[in-house]
Amino acid sequence: MKVLKLSELAKTIRSKNAGTDKITFDIIFREKEKYELVKASGCITKQKIAELYGIDESRICDFVEFDPAYAIKFTIYRTRPSGSPGESDIFGCQQYPPLLDLEIPIKT
Amino acid sequence: MSKKQIRILSPNGHLGFAPTKEESFYIGAATKPDYYCCDSGSDDIGPTPLGADKCASHYEWQKHDLELMLLASREQGVPMIIGSAGDTGSNSRVDMFVDIIKDLAKKHNLPKFRLAYFYSEVDKNYIKEKMNQGIAIKGLDGRKDLTLEELDRTDRIVAVAGVHPFIKALDMGADVIIGGRSSDCAVFAAPAIRDGFPESLAYYLGKVLECASFCAEPYGAKETVIGTITHEDVKVTAMHPNQRCTVASVAGHAMYERSNPFYEYVAGGMLDMTNCVYEQYDEKTCRITGPKFIPVEGKITVKLEGSGKVGERYIGIAGIRDPYTIKNIDKVIQWARDQVEERFAGKEYQLHYRIFGKNGVMGDLEPIKETKSHELCVIVEGVAPTKEMAEEITMIGTRQIFYARLPEVKGTAGTAAFVVDEVLPASPAYTWTMNHIIPVDDPLELFEIKIIEVGG
Repeated sequence: MKVLKLSELAKTIRSKNAGTDKITFDIIFREKEKYELVKASGCITKQKIAELYGIDESRICDFVEFDPAYAIKFTIYRTRPSGSPGESDIFGCQQYPPLLDLEIPIKT
Repeated sequence: MSKKQIRILSPNGHLGFAPTKEESFYIGAATKPDYYCCDSGSDDIGPTPLGADKCASHYEWQKHDLELMLLASREQGVPMIIGSAGDTGSNSRVDMFVDIIKDLAKKHNLPKFRLAYFYSEVDKNYIKEKMNQGIAIKGLDGRKDLTLEELDRTDRIVAVAGVHPFIKALDMGADVIIGGRSSDCAVFAAPAIRDGFPESLAYYLGKVLECASFCAEPYGAKETVIGTITHEDVKVTAMHPNQRCTVASVAGHAMYERSNPFYEYVAGGMLDMTNCVYEQYDEKTCRITGPKFIPVEGKITVKLEGSGKVGERYIGIAGIRDPYTIKNIDKVIQWARDQVEERFAGKEYQLHYRIFGKNGVMGDLEPIKETKSHELCVIVEGVAPTKEMAEEITMIGTRQIFYARLPEVKGTAGTAAFVVDEVLPASPAYTWTMNHIIPVDDPLELFEIKIIEVGG
């Protein structure tokens, strides 16, 4: 058993606004095998994401495994609308980095 | 006689936000598409442009992009359709785009053509009346129903048009359409629906074309793509010599900037992409089949976006290098906050601190709790009803970082470094006060269409 980081497996890891009140996260794989492997690992679930970001699971409004694009996608509510005073990421595009180092065990 | 297929050219995912790349546009234009369509707006840019009624895009870039499309579409005698004029789709932005089209027609001595435009701003009194009649203005994305207090806090509201005003404008004989705020995909779906193609495929066509080359790979924005709709499928083709629309790039785009990759809501119904099948059609083209359109039951609802001013705003910047101060940064910030509160207790204001080097980008979402940086940058944001008060709040909130009282600090001549010993005026602060839907009897009731003759 070896361990790989999510950034070593995925082609794209990104976050972005989904409307004014939500930020959506996409983890996209180039190869079906890697996508299936990460899905099967159970390392990316609603619960694991909530733990990683230190939020309540109820703040995750969507969690989808999107087979046509070999992608895992989840969306969280913002605590205040994008661009309001006190907001530090108007486009929501720098909220993904904690995903990069997620460790995925690989059976060898 | 029904058409077998139509082809729509999409040159830019957000007209004017960055200029359209010309090479792929001309390659696409040379294939003589049936329509030139482009979306020009987004709520991505934050609430300030709508609230303050200004553009986020540069005027010269908007003009450049409109000129490319206008000249090609007039030369070939096919319609040109623009949605969400000038980023926000407010009335003044529609007027601005209409003026640009008129100027361009004059500049190029274009023969006479018909220009249709519609506004989408909604009067607060109209909404108030509906609310007084007991009609709920339902909140989206976890928001509650609209309250009168939230409505009062709103400075400007736009309704997001579906296909209806675009179809109506085409029926009126428009050669060029400048739309107020619109669903991105409606700009492309409208001509396809009017030409008799299935709504399911037409909305999917809009969905895939709205961001232009974002549905192609390798990544490269502002390049032209062309969508083809038949009665059986949608095909999307990259025009840039080095870009391709692949199964991965098109399917991947279905989830961009949206909370769920399967559903897209528009005025009049919902596009369901759950059973979409993606196939590589040729080297540069992806073929899509299987989308469904589920019409709304009961009254059509139209989305409303509203922005309201929170207050005047200043920004302060402070740097910190002393490791003891860094360790106690939360106490330092609390000290500065207390000094502001002492002066302005009971007054209405907001004071926000973002500490870069600790969690400035992610705030509470930051999983790294231990600060390892040897220096910090503190951004102070003060918001208040008047400029004078906002400046003073921000000044106290910034300068008191310099005077923070920590028991064991060695440097007693100042606990912060300043790039400038002043605070900087910023645009007023706005917030999205509305992200709601309103039921309507007629999908055109919020969008009055006008048509004029231009050129000649």
